[in-house]
Amino acid sequence: MAEERKVYSRTKGILPDTVSGFCPGCMHSTVHKIVGEAAEELGQLDNLVRVEGVGCCGLGQFYVSCDETIAAHGRAGAVATGIKRSSPNSLVYTYQGDGDLAAIGLAETLSAANRGENFTVIFINNGIYGMTGGQLAPTTLVGMKSTTTPLGRKAEEHGYPLHICEIINQLTAPYYIERVSCDTPQHVIAARKAIKKAFQYQLEGRGYSIIEVVTSCPTNWGLDTLSSLNFLREKMFAEYPLGVFRDRGKETADDSSAKV
Amino acid sequence: MARVEIYTEACKSCSYCVISCPKKTLEISEKVNSKGYLYAEQVRPEDCIGCMMCAQICPDAAIEVWR
Ligand code: SF4
Ligand code: SF4
Repeated sequence: MAEERKVYSRTKGILPDTVSGFCPGCMHSTVHKIVGEAAEELGQLDNLVRVEGVGCCGLGQFYVSCDETIAAHGRAGAVATGIKRSSPNSLVYTYQGDGDLAAIGLAETLSAANRGENFTVIFINNGIYGMTGGQLAPTTLVGMKSTTTPLGRKAEEHGYPLHICEIINQLTAPYYIERVSCDTPQHVIAARKAIKKAFQYQLEGRGYSIIEVVTSCPTNWGLDTLSSLNFLREKMFAEYPLGVFRDRGKETADDSSAKV
Repeated sequence: MARVEIYTEACKSCSYCVISCPKKTLEISEKVNSKGYLYAEQVRPEDCIGCMMCAQICPDAAIEVWR
């Protein structure tokens, strides 16, 4: 019998012997894991700098092993701009939820994207404010209950869900825009690949990339972990379809002769 | 033969690994870790093929795989 080999190890991107502060089944944990794995595969763990948003993502400060700072609520895009411009060789990413990135931080988010800053945005969209107690987020689905919309989101009163990838895809500068999820092993693998690609592009100096991860929030959705997967697939994916919105790297590789 | 090792302290009983294992080797046990979660266990290790699906899906990086 061939000798036994360890084929899957806990990434060094998260602290050893440490339990994340996230709820059971919360995909914030998954994304922390795959960000660590992607950076590790690129040999960039020592070079990785994280700019953290406010909200549940703040629990990551006790979990990740890389250098990091915490931006004022919503301002991670501005802080990451400063860090990347003053330390261009660092691999810089922001880690932000929907309340942070799409509500209070919308101006900083769009401005950094519009400038084509050379860093990576990891955007967690679970359609609700988590840490503050399940309030309406810009990404909350129409009809979805939150603590501030106990009867469900009404479009006439609260507007419609905000589609961040689609909005950023209207800008000229961004280089790579993809929406992924972590609800199956296959989707986790694809999400890690997307994050790794975004990091690779950044290392090559190609500019702004955003990876939106559509995730569940079993606690504030009021569902058990397995039911939250069904809600994610049936409701969230219908509003937020997964896929690549833009990949300039692929365009140039695919049709170098065709369109410019 | 393949096998998994579960860092039971990190397990939060989400069951994602249980539903993702193609060989159905994992179950949520009756045992409780120090955080109060019933943690996952490999109950049919002889059926494990080392495909790593459980480790990929586990949010809390609680599973390592050998093969
Ligand atoms: S490695 Fe594959 S077969 Fe083994 S427990 Fe994990 S999912 Fe099941
Ligand atoms: S996926 Fe991970 S956290 Fe969830 S039950 Fe399995 S071992 Fe525990």
